[in-house]
Amino acid sequence: MTSGMTGGMTGRLARNLLALLVFAVSVFPVYWMVLTAFKPTREIQAETPTFWPSALTLEHFAAAVRAQGFWSFWRNSLLVAGGAVLLSLVVALLAAYAVARLRWRGRRGFLLMVFIAQMTPWEALLIPMYVIARDTGMLDTLAMLTLVYFMITLPFAIVTLRNFLAAVPAELEEAAQVDGCDRPEAFRRVVLPLLAPGLLTTSLLGFITAWNEFAFANLLIIKDQDDRTLPVWLSSFSNTFGTDWGATMAASTLFMLPVLAIFLVLQRNVTAGIAGGALKG
Amino acid sequence: MRGGGLAAPPARRPRGGGRAVAAPGGRRRRAFWPYLLVAPTLLATAYLLAYPLLRNVVISFQHFGMGELIRGGAGFAGFANYATVLADPQFWSVARRTLLFTAVNVVLIVVLSTVVALLVVRLARVLRLVVLGGLVLTWATPMIAATTVFQWMFSSQLGVVNWVLVELGFDGFRGHTWFADGPQTFAILVLLIVWQSVPFAALTLYAAMTTVPHELYEAARIDGAGAVRSFRSITFPVLRPMFGLVTCLEVIWVGKAFVQIWVISGGGPGQATTTLPVYAYQIAQSLHRYDLGAVVSVVTVLLLVLALLFYFRHIFREEAAA
Repeated sequence: MTSGMTGGMTGRLARNLLALLVFAVSVFPVYWMVLTAFKPTREIQAETPTFWPSALTLEHFAAAVRAQGFWSFWRNSLLVAGGAVLLSLVVALLAAYAVARLRWRGRRGFLLMVFIAQMTPWEALLIPMYVIARDTGMLDTLAMLTLVYFMITLPFAIVTLRNFLAAVPAELEEAAQVDGCDRPEAFRRVVLPLLAPGLLTTSLLGFITAWNEFAFANLLIIKDQDDRTLPVWLSSFSNTFGTDWGATMAASTLFMLPVLAIFLVLQRNVTAGIAGGALKG
Repeated sequence: MRGGGLAAPPARRPRGGGRAVAAPGGRRRRAFWPYLLVAPTLLATAYLLAYPLLRNVVISFQHFGMGELIRGGAGFAGFANYATVLADPQFWSVARRTLLFTAVNVVLIVVLSTVVALLVVRLARVLRLVVLGGLVLTWATPMIAATTVFQWMFSSQLGVVNWVLVELGFDGFRGHTWFADGPQTFAILVLLIVWQSVPFAALTLYAAMTTVPHELYEAARIDGAGAVRSFRSITFPVLRPMFGLVTCLEVIWVGKAFVQIWVISGGGPGQATTTLPVYAYQIAQSLHRYDLGAVVSVVTVLLLVLALLFYFRHIFREEAAA
């Protein structure tokens, strides 16, 4: 780094090399995953690994998709993550409106509660959650998992939506009210369309959180193996695929795909949000 | 309860709307209106967060094993569970290991992400975008996908890491089984967690560094300050709160890390990679001592609260300034 500041040729070269090293280290595991997923089996099992494929194959993806229960795990993951996100979006929108637009006693305390909830070490609540699920007959149900994910994503959704809402000028809403809309109608007609990027960002980031969650899915769904979600299934790949690394990596790649797609979608929205000052604070 | 939690929000929306119609213009703010809006959040938080937290504390003071789980009727145990856990040398070795694990990870994460952020600031446009893109890709990688890839890279047969090491002349790594050795498994977990955490920290620090006024560096350069001095006298002091924030977040994140450890090693081999969250889970699940597991969870939460207090001091300064 010291040589970097001298600004000389050697400094720049060292910097650029270091940059390439950082890039290589951060990307390699993902590259290796995708590469293995597409590699012919004989190349995966070769003594000397190849770092650039000589041929591509979809056989591992076929093996992953054919694995028992694959589609029900996808469906479960989609149901649970989607349900949790929808629920938290609705609940968070109401709360965010109250926090961003209205003055009331206890507002500060409520915000503090949300901030604390956002920092909850959920991994430390596995045991009571298990006991509660059992007590209420919710063990082994996707509904319980949905509720837990809803709660995990809710504080973040409130904070994010509040920031997006604060970026929509209150005057717009007041103008609509002067024009004869009542408050909910003004909200629906004026604020909601402007809030669309915020709703999208919030729901997609929440979706990723729920999609990736492992600890609760692993604990709360035990008896009925068909009710498992993708992360739990992936973590036990050795039961499913043995040492078929091609299929394992293909399954991991498929699992990562929605997350990657979301990041690509959000890239534009998040940038727009930052440009609009929506994400400040 | 599931019905209540799920049905509450849709049921409340139209009702809230109806009231607002009754108060046209909404200029006169009715007292109940905000409370109605936050009611679903309060209900959810009460049942799905406050209650489990409380239940955890309650269980830690009860005799709660397999029988109580099935039949109910757990009796009060006083501090017996705490005494059992705190008298167990294994608990203390797990606690020490958790501190070590957290310290090693957090120091590596903060140092490396600072270096990366400083580097990215100084790069030309194209290379900067390349490095940022790589960091975002890593950041986007799901934890479970990352753990399976690391298992594959470090697998004893056909693992790419062993191959590279043998190629580099370390012949002892031919067919080497990393996950049979405690310290080596520990090291791989550190590597995995650092790899996953650096992008977020580096991106945050980078974003913060771009807000430091350029004139400050200009002035320092004119004064003849080198890279190290301008970091020490400008970047670090200006971004001090940011460094504090990132460090706190990482302490919490690493301290409660469960999934990576559980999936890769299950806390093993032996107890070599058992940290407090894994330990709590093991006691509860394999020994069916939910009471003792709850004690360990409570202790973990208390330790993390210490880190949280630092974080909130920061948040509230921000809120006050905004």
